[in-house]
Amino acid sequence: MAEFVQFVFSGITVGAIYALVGLGFSIIYNASQVINFAQGEFVMIGGLTTAMLAQGGVPVPIAAAIAIAAAVVAGVALEKLAVEQARDAPVVTLIIITIGASIFLRGLAQIVFDRNYHALAGFSGEAPIHLAGATIVPQTLWVLGTTAALVLALAWFFGRTLLGKAILATSYNPLAAQLAGIGTRSLLLLSFGLSAALGAIGGILIAPISLTSYDVGVLLGLKGFSAAVLGGLGSSLGAVAGGLLLGLIEALGAGYISSSYKDAIAFVIILLVLFFMPRGLLGRRGTERV
Amino acid sequence: MLPRAFEKAAERQLSKRGDTHMMTRHFHRLLTFAGAALVAAAAAVGASAAEPIKIGSFLTVSGPASFLGDPEKKTLELYVERINAAGGVLGRQLQLTVYDTGGDAKQAATFARRLIEEDKVDFLIGGSSTGDTMAAVPIIERAEIPFISLGGASVIVDPVKKWVFKTPHTDRLAVEKVYADMKKRGLSKVGLIAGDGGFDKSCVANASDKALLDRYGVSVVGNESYSSGDKDTTAQLTKLKAAPGIQAILFCGFGVASVIVTKNYHQLGITVPLYHSHGSASKQFITGAGEAAEGARLPAAAVLVAAQLPDSDPQKKVGLAYTKAYDERYHEAVSTFGGHAYDALMLLVDAIKRAGTTDRAKVRDALEGTKNYIGVDGIYDITPSDHDGLNVSSFKMVEVKNGDWKYLY
Amino acid sequence: MAGLWRRPDRPLARYRGLFVLALVAAILPWFLPNNFFLNIAILTGLNAIVCVGLNLLIGYAGQISLGHAGFFGLGAYVSAVLTVDFGWEPALAMLAGAVVVGLLAFLVARPILRLSGHYLAMATLGLGVIISIVLVHETKLTGGPDGMNVPPLRLFGRDISSERDWYWLVAAVLIVAAWLALNLIDSPLGRALRGLHGSEVAAETVAIDTARYKTRVFVISALFASIAGSLFAHYSGFLTPSEASFQRSIEFVTMVVLGGMASTYGAVVGAAIITVLPQLLTVFHDYEQVVLGLILMLTMVFMPKGLVPNLAVYLKRRLS
Repeated sequence: MAEFVQFVFSGITVGAIYALVGLGFSIIYNASQVINFAQGEFVMIGGLTTAMLAQGGVPVPIAAAIAIAAAVVAGVALEKLAVEQARDAPVVTLIIITIGASIFLRGLAQIVFDRNYHALAGFSGEAPIHLAGATIVPQTLWVLGTTAALVLALAWFFGRTLLGKAILATSYNPLAAQLAGIGTRSLLLLSFGLSAALGAIGGILIAPISLTSYDVGVLLGLKGFSAAVLGGLGSSLGAVAGGLLLGLIEALGAGYISSSYKDAIAFVIILLVLFFMPRGLLGRRGTERV
Repeated sequence: MLPRAFEKAAERQLSKRGDTHMMTRHFHRLLTFAGAALVAAAAAVGASAAEPIKIGSFLTVSGPASFLGDPEKKTLELYVERINAAGGVLGRQLQLTVYDTGGDAKQAATFARRLIEEDKVDFLIGGSSTGDTMAAVPIIERAEIPFISLGGASVIVDPVKKWVFKTPHTDRLAVEKVYADMKKRGLSKVGLIAGDGGFDKSCVANASDKALLDRYGVSVVGNESYSSGDKDTTAQLTKLKAAPGIQAILFCGFGVASVIVTKNYHQLGITVPLYHSHGSASKQFITGAGEAAEGARLPAAAVLVAAQLPDSDPQKKVGLAYTKAYDERYHEAVSTFGGHAYDALMLLVDAIKRAGTTDRAKVRDALEGTKNYIGVDGIYDITPSDHDGLNVSSFKMVEVKNGDWKYLY
Repeated sequence: MAGLWRRPDRPLARYRGLFVLALVAAILPWFLPNNFFLNIAILTGLNAIVCVGLNLLIGYAGQISLGHAGFFGLGAYVSAVLTVDFGWEPALAMLAGAVVVGLLAFLVARPILRLSGHYLAMATLGLGVIISIVLVHETKLTGGPDGMNVPPLRLFGRDISSERDWYWLVAAVLIVAAWLALNLIDSPLGRALRGLHGSEVAAETVAIDTARYKTRVFVISALFASIAGSLFAHYSGFLTPSEASFQRSIEFVTMVVLGGMASTYGAVVGAAIITVLPQLLTVFHDYEQVVLGLILMLTMVFMPKGLVPNLAVYLKRRLS
């Protein structure tokens, strides 16, 4: 029984990481129907910048602030200089643009920083917490808590504020939104900036658990995308649920079936879910206009 | 321009004496002869200096195996510079060309062709990973060019290939060292945890090899795997912890995973000893894992603990020199993987000197006859049937103590 | 096969581009001074075969696949394993690879192609990754991440081992692949595809069985990838599971999109650019990745439909 609990804790630890990254995907998708394959790089910028600055003596909170700012700059630049210019291009083209951006950011990180991995101290120490016969590191609770807080904040933002509702309106029907006087361009900028900030925060939270390096974005981007799709694109809650579920499937698959094939098992389950629920778990049931 | 000025001066002098014409003609001839002699001498010197010895290299500088290729590239560049500053080899400068394969074996094959056919290099050092090496081997054998590989698996030199040598210890030796230590401590049941890279899988294959298991009386009671890039391995370690009768855990991996697995091991409160493979042999691991790393043991090349070796150890001097030079230049702790590149370059240079020429066949023969060469990885004794030249004594057993490596034996 | 192929009305005009391609392929070796350049040309050709097939799926049928390297890798490994472990004739093994891949594609096509947009992308991605994981972990069969050696291809009783021989073989296969693709596009199947690319619902209303046509294109594009993979295995003599990786799939999609979707020649051009680019970028040393990323972004921003269609429009404007 204790083993099962440990597997669940393991699943939640990685799941929370995937959830945060998936959330970033979801926000940009919501605003622009674009899948931003550079989302993983925002996570990397957040974590790596903070770790390197902290190593150089900068107090962690300030380093974190700088890192988040750097990611926001990258996100806004990506939107303004690339995505906006190619707004009417087919979806695949936009995907390639974001892929190009991720290669660019990764290459830049290798030059600005280095190719080694770097650690960040846990926010409240490293001593494991014992619970129900299993252990969990305090940093995991930080990740979970922050994710929950962010989801609530985003729900309030999108549901209750004018700005948030405007973003949603733009994603449903850009033309109508523009006719209603919404400045769609600046909203798109805001979405990318917000998503980048979220990614960076995620990177900073994750770094004490799994360290950071110039190439963490590659796999995280893939897992975050999977989480967002599993949960249903466009739904923030779905992205979080998708991420947690993905983590749990991986951990339980590794624990009870085969650790070599745990990723394959996870993908098989994602495929099965999509076969029966083509819009993901909580995806918007859309109607297609013809 | 100068001869002209002299001419004019001579003319003015001689004109004072009246016999200008004859004298300037002689002077002309003298000047021309002197000038020609100077030019010829310069050309002779220039010609031998202008013909560099070309060394080509294809490494995994970026990508998932950058922990191999990055220090290797840095090491090669550093020492080619130093050798050239000291006058080169056989009076000729070394010229290094490095290509980054990104860990893609297909690119390794392409770059090998490029180095051989387009850049026309004389010798090859490279192939950071086994995959990169094996992809390039057929091309290298066809081109008949001496190649020193930096890859780990035994398959590179077993079966022996005429033109292929290698400097790293085979991972089989690393496992042997670990099992020998386990036997010393009376441990016989081991659980394995490894990633999905070539390095990891090769280590696991050796760790599960019946011959080795029988020789050291070890049995494998658990075998778990994680994917490269995984953020947490507590699930896998939980399974190992529960394996019946487990007495030790061997981690067959490298990079970030060495820190994550160690931290997870600590978090779960696992008490059986933790062994690593030589993939974790870098200061970075200790810095990243912090106190969780205390007590972990692994086989490492001597260079990792050069300062702690007894003075009688022939490797101490070489190891210390390399550590110092690398740290001075790059301000980061020396990596045993960079050491593979150091040994490869030095072995090659030594072979060229002994052969007295850069003729490929002669240098290859000289390489094959390397005896008792003290390198950073170990002491090399290369023979026609052993193109690696190292044995298990070239590994040192080290343990993490008080946040640093401690040399055991 | 009725709905699949039909002789075109004006063969000369239709095949004009194909003649140019054949001409280029024929005279190119005179400009390639050594084996390194031939190697690049051969790799380009193999990538182009995959892309010509993938372009049918992405450019004409409008379906995204982020897992085509899985078919490429699977074809390659079936060829390799059958020739190494079971002593099959390479040509037969290649056929077997195509059958295996075709069957797999057919089985997963129906459920996967019911999805659309990013969900489809995810499903194909998942499929590719699953294949890749199996190739990595079934070490006894595939040699695992350290790879396996593959014997040379034997055709008509002789080994194909010189770079020149391989160049001609790959060029020939590419021309055949392009010819097949062009015929497909101009056939009832092709027209049905373009119809459903425009609007699936509209296509359904005129009695086009979209599911059947999408499945056909999916399988055909998978077959192209499988054949190219088998050829690659024998040419390279050495195979690693990274040939089926997600990164490789992204590379293929990039080639198709960069060169120009809905353009067979665009696929070839895209393959050439992406294969050659890493060699050209070595001059930038540590800045390689930065420059590559920039090139991708800038090209897609300024030529969103891809190189060949954009260039064609530009040329038309100039010449008119």
